[in-house]
Formats: sequence, structure tokens, C-alpha cells
Amino acid sequence: MSAIIEIKDLSFAYDEESQQKTLSQIDLTIEQGQWVALIGHNGSGKSTLAKLLDGLLTPTEGTITVAGLPLNEENIWAIRDQIGMVFQNPDNQFVGADVEGDVAFGLENRGVSYEQMHQRVKEALEAVNMQAFAKHEPVRLSGGQKQRVAIAGVLAIRPQIVIFDESTSMLDPEGRAELVALMRRLNKEEGFTVISITHDIDEAALADRIIVLEKGKVIDDDTPENIFTRGNELSKVGLDVPYPERLKHELAKLGIKVPKKYLTEKELVDWLWQFNLKN
Amino acid sequence: MDKLLLGRYIQGDSLVHRLDPRVKMILCFYFVLIIFLCNNWQSYLLLGIVTLLSVLLSKIDLSYFVKGVMPLIWLILFTVLLQVFFTRGGPTYWQFGPLTLTQFGLVNGFYVFCRFVLIIFMSTLLTVTTTPLAIADATESLMQPLKKLKVPVHEIALMLSIALRFVPTLMDETTKIMNAQRSRGVDFSEGSLISRIKAVIPLLIPLFVSALTRAEDLATAMEARGYRGGEGRSKYRVQVWHLQDTLALVFFFLVTLALIFLRN
Repeated sequence: MSAIIEIKDLSFAYDEESQQKTLSQIDLTIEQGQWVALIGHNGSGKSTLAKLLDGLLTPTEGTITVAGLPLNEENIWAIRDQIGMVFQNPDNQFVGADVEGDVAFGLENRGVSYEQMHQRVKEALEAVNMQAFAKHEPVRLSGGQKQRVAIAGVLAIRPQIVIFDESTSMLDPEGRAELVALMRRLNKEEGFTVISITHDIDEAALADRIIVLEKGKVIDDDTPENIFTRGNELSKVGLDVPYPERLKHELAKLGIKVPKKYLTEKELVDWLWQFNLKN
Repeated sequence: MDKLLLGRYIQGDSLVHRLDPRVKMILCFYFVLIIFLCNNWQSYLLLGIVTLLSVLLSKIDLSYFVKGVMPLIWLILFTVLLQVFFTRGGPTYWQFGPLTLTQFGLVNGFYVFCRFVLIIFMSTLLTVTTTPLAIADATESLMQPLKKLKVPVHEIALMLSIALRFVPTLMDETTKIMNAQRSRGVDFSEGSLISRIKAVIPLLIPLFVSALTRAEDLATAMEARGYRGGEGRSKYRVQVWHLQDTLALVFFFLVTLALIFLRN
């Protein structure tokens, strides 16, 4: 696998005068096709990092390379063609007056021709299973549906990387589960590199790799299994290890062979039910 | 409020619905102009028939149009009464100080009434058969010539369509904030005028704050999605000119000719 994002010695401060840096000396490499979860407290710099990657903020120090292109004034629009972003508030990123109009927004910005635009909007809506809502106005959609439209808008541009900036945090559990399933499909089946910034530990657990940020620094960077096993460090920064993981950890201590794969609460319950029958 | 601003459009598939929104807008304004050519009952009758015919073609219930007149009924009656009592000429039926009731006055009053009703019917026809979005698109298209005068046509159109898109969102927000403040004891509907105006402040401030946050988020999202001004943008919705649009224009041209012939 090759690196699609390279971050070298990145620092950022909202206020250049102050010593308080939002991010300081971040070095990261993200491989193509990887699913990376960025977790951390409010104010740990997660969203700032995502905005820096897309050139929505300019680094104070350091360099960012996306898909081989160094991020600068000249390449910024080419880089935005490679990165699609889905933000937190479903309403505040809906630009078009109706679903298809919104999906088309990014294509209109890039001057895509009429026929191609209609074709791509249709395909993108089918990919997120929203084709039946093409003519709907945003008021008639649920939060989860609006986020799916936002994803369709991203897919229409055909980027390599999709960044979810707390995209599930304002959704109900059902909408959240749907969106996470869609993220998983985009990464595993369609080969997108996915970066998800999240508070939801269940969402993070599905990633290939978790990066924990604290006060603008990377304090941990490992697979979910390893991070959850070292549970203490997570709780030190105020993040909880998911309950099934804690239970698995305790069971393993007692010498019981537990599955390595991340299990949701329901999956773990199913596993426990069958445990005595199998062993 | 919601009904007033956006609930006007009624879905349908009539000839009027299918007309190009630009044609409908042009004709609506044109109608307001030519109605001032009318100066006798024949010419008003002609435009009355044209209006009725358009309404019938839209296949929309006449009651919607009557409802369109209702909010303005006091303004209309006031204007009509001014005409009736202050126009002089012809046989006088009644007089009291400056107030007179003459034949001319009555006839003029009736004409003014017709003029109001016909204009309202026509503009209602535009709004019930055209989505706000189509009207915004048509406005952009019709303003294109102003680009030569350095008017930022694209930006104005974008602002218009974003404003339309956020009206329901902000309405929802207003209801939420009102409920939140009510639950904290704010009374929006009682008390003196002053105290009611004061009650609006805890509603407006959170609403403004949230609107600004939304605007900032939206700007970030638009930039992330590659928006960099109107230059080099293509359009997803393209308005196509059909034969029926030309025919509609020709029809109104003929009506104008007939009108010039009928007036005296």
C-alpha cells in the first residue's frame, strides 16, 4: 500500500500570537484504502486537523501532502478534488434547494457538462440509496437521509479520500447505524480511504487504525484491538473503552479464548449464548 | 408564516405549470403594464377573459385565487372608496362637503376594483404554478444582461436560493427557541405592547447567533465542495424554451393589439 496522506511536523494555532497551539508537531502517514478513526476530547484538535487536510485552514508550520501533491495555493483545488468532506450538522451543509440540486453542487462548481452531471448525480444517489428522494426538499428528510445526500455529493466528485467530521454525532441511533454501515461499505467495497473523526467509540472500533489526539498531540496510534487492550490510557484522556471490549478483556484474563474481532454489544451477547455449545 | 412564503405552490401538470418560469414572470409583469391601457368596459372584459382563461388552463381551483385577494381586500376597498367619492364628472347622485357620488366616480371605482383583482389573480397564478426555486432560477436568467453593468447576478441568485432553502430551517429553529423560552417563563402573547416587544429579544438573539453559526458552517462546506464563485460554473437545472413559450408570448402580443383596438 502507498501513502495517500503525509503530514510532516504540522503545527497550527488559531491565534498566531499566542503560545497556545491547537496542533503541535504532528507526523502522520495514512495509507491508501485505510480506515482511520481520529478520536479525542473536544478541543483536542481533531476537526482542526481535518480542515487543515482540505486546505480550509492554513498550517502555521509543517507540510501536508495529499495524493502526491503538496498542499499549497496552487494545488488546493486539485486536492479538494481528492478529498470529500461530510460535516457534523446535516442542515448546515445542504446547499441545494432539493436533493439532486445539492448533489450537483460540487459538480456545478467544477463546470462538469450537463449530460455528465445528470448521469453522475443519478449514480451517486443510487450509491447511497436515495434515488427515490431526488426531488425532495431538505425539510422533508431526516438527519440520516441528509447525511446520505451529503455523501452522495461527495461521491459524485469521485475523490479518493472521504473525511467524516463527526458526521454521526447529530443523528439518532438508527441513522447513525445506517451511516456507519455506509462508511464501512465505502471503505471495504469501494476502496475509499476513510478518515472518521468521532466521539463514538463503537464507530472508531470498526476502523483499521485509531489515532488518539490529546491537546494537539498524537498520544496513541494503533489498531483498535491494541488500543482497547491498553484501556487505562484511553480512560485517562476521558474516553471510555466500549463495554463489550472491557468484558472481553476480563474474560481473556480468566483464560477464556475470546474472538479477536471487535464485537458490538449484541454480537457479544450472541457469542456468549453460543459459547458453551461450541466449547 | 410558512404557508405565506412557500406553501403557495400547488403541484400540477397543466399547460401553465409547464410554461417556462421566465415566460411566466415576463408575462406577469407585462400584464400589469398592459392593464393600464384599459379605459373602457370592453377592454377590461377582454383582460378579464384572458385572466379567466389562464386560470382555467392552470386547472387550479378558483377559490385559491379568491383567497389571494383576501389579504389585500382592505387596501382595495380603501382605494375604490377614494375613487368613488373623489372623482367628479357626469351626473351627480349625492354630495356632502368634498364627498361626491358621481357616475364617473362609480365607473372608475369599479375599474380600479377590476384592475386590482385581475393583477392579483395573475400574480397568484405565477406563484401557485411555479416553485420558488424556479422563480429564483428565472430571476437569475432574466438578470443576465445586468452582468454587463457589473451587477453580481450569480451571487444575487445564489443568495436568493440559499435564503429560500433556509426559510423552513430557520422557521423550525424559531419554533424550538420559542418553546425553549416559553418553558423558562417567557410570555410571547400577552402583556402590553412594550413587554411583548421585550419578549421578542430572547427569541431574536439566539436565532441570530444560530443563523450566523449556520452561515459559517455553510461557507466552510461550500468551500470544501469546491465553490469558488460564479466563474466557470455549469448549471444542473437548465431552462429549455419550448414552442408553447413562444406561443404564450405571441398570444399576449395579440391581446395587446386587440386592447389598443378596443380602448378609446
